[in-house]
Amino acid sequence: MIEGFTALYIFMLSAFTGYEVISRVPVILHTPMMSGSNFIHGIVLVGAIVVMGHAESTLEIVIGFLAVALAAGNAVGGYVATVRMLEMFRSSNKGGAA
Amino acid sequence: MSTFIEIVYFSTAVLFILGLKKMSSPVTARNGIVWAGIGMIAASLVAFLEPGVLAHGNTGLIILAIIVGSSVAYVTAKRVAMTDMPQMIAIYNGMGGGAAAAIAAVELVKLASGKASDITETTQVLAVLGGLIGAVSFSGSAIAYAKLQGLMRKTFRLPLHGIVNLLLFVATLVTGAYIGFGDAVSIELVLVFFVMTLLLGILLTTPIGGADMPVVISLFNAFTGLAVAFEGFVLNNAAMIIAGTVVGSAGTLLTQLMAKAMNRPISNVLFSSFGSASGAVVEESIEGSMKETEATDAAIMMAYAEKVVIIPGYGMAVAQAQHKVQELTQLLEDRGVTVKFAIHPVAGRMPGHMNVLLAEAGVEYDKIVDIDEINPEFPSVDVVLVIGANDVVNPVARTNPDSPIYGMPVLNADKAKNCIVIKRGRGSGFSGIENHLFYADNTRMLYGDGQKAVGELIAGLKQL
Repeated sequence: MIEGFTALYIFMLSAFTGYEVISRVPVILHTPMMSGSNFIHGIVLVGAIVVMGHAESTLEIVIGFLAVALAAGNAVGGYVATVRMLEMFRSSNKGGAA
Repeated sequence: MSTFIEIVYFSTAVLFILGLKKMSSPVTARNGIVWAGIGMIAASLVAFLEPGVLAHGNTGLIILAIIVGSSVAYVTAKRVAMTDMPQMIAIYNGMGGGAAAAIAAVELVKLASGKASDITETTQVLAVLGGLIGAVSFSGSAIAYAKLQGLMRKTFRLPLHGIVNLLLFVATLVTGAYIGFGDAVSIELVLVFFVMTLLLGILLTTPIGGADMPVVISLFNAFTGLAVAFEGFVLNNAAMIIAGTVVGSAGTLLTQLMAKAMNRPISNVLFSSFGSASGAVVEESIEGSMKETEATDAAIMMAYAEKVVIIPGYGMAVAQAQHKVQELTQLLEDRGVTVKFAIHPVAGRMPGHMNVLLAEAGVEYDKIVDIDEINPEFPSVDVVLVIGANDVVNPVARTNPDSPIYGMPVLNADKAKNCIVIKRGRGSGFSGIENHLFYADNTRMLYGDGQKAVGELIAGLKQL
């Protein structure tokens, strides 16, 4: 159980982590990075599965279904888009094989 | 069992952070996304094992929803052209925001129908907040997509749109507060609340012009992260809290970096349209005139240069000229010319978008330099080739305090010995500001479509 101040601590430390990780990224990677972080919040899929699993009324099931489908789209789309972009970066030092 | 679930979530959080860290260097970036992907798969599988998930007979529907959502996303993500990537990111981001809002909706509907739910008073408020932010991100991203995709060209404005937005925002907050703090909520009210939040996202985004969309997409990315974190608190899920918060703060920083590079405070992007803030622009008289040149002359100039810097803008991407540009680079390098690419932080439609487009055409990333690195070098550059860029090379940003773009960092192309500008026509750029570089003595204009003009340069070089 995550409660009160423990939750607040997790929130604060994660916020600093995100800030630190991004602050050293070269500009050339900003778009892939945005796409990558876009993929990471696809973790909402986990929440959507749990909520849908507990859904009972028709309304809950409909919204839950929407949640899972959208979350899966976020995760898969974010992943494929990021990989496609990153595959393009090559270095001339390594003869284009990097 | 619950310890096992927690261990997996914990590992996922670690994998996400390490993955993001690895993504911050071009060499390890691809490993980074794979690590994060492994974490995602593990966490999604484990979610089925959470107590009660398999007990309500919804498993089949869950799997169907996953298949529907992921196959649509997979196909679109595989097919989309690199130039259209920003709007696809907007869409996937909006889906995440929508999912977070939908989670909030289910929890609140449960609460309203008086079912036993583990929502406490604090999480009730967080569910509402996450729902609000997620829904705004969802509908806002959809508008951002429509604008970038060209489905919606006009900037739509209601009469008194500032006041209407403010009223809607206040009304949404009041409704949200009533749902968040009240204990006698009806299902109808919850639905009305979500309709209001969706409308708010639409009205916030429609007046914003296409040029500002990167900042907006980045902001919505941070929003979705935050919404996911809030719903993580509601569902008591540490992986969601950590991943969501990390994205929320990283996205906020990225948004700031972008807004700074464009010299547009975020509040300006969101609440005013370009130019209207600074009032009437006093156009100072321009000395000199635009001087046209032929592709063959320009080719000779570049062939006998020692150092050529190419400044690509979104115009190059629109004309799909990046492959031709790479061919041109090869030819010049074969002749012993040093070629570099100077990229303005907001070239393209997102920071780094131009890098992706050039990488697609096969330009090695170590040939691409950013603004701080290249600006001191310009006086020693023989020829600068500007392709489809305008405002980012406009010297008035340094010299004229009255200009709306004053203070924006620009590439100092005017300081190079010679400058060739490939441009479709004589009009001014996205911002409608006259570009003094085009009138400078050492600037030559090469009119024409980006791809065709570069093709002529290549033909010119081959004849030498």
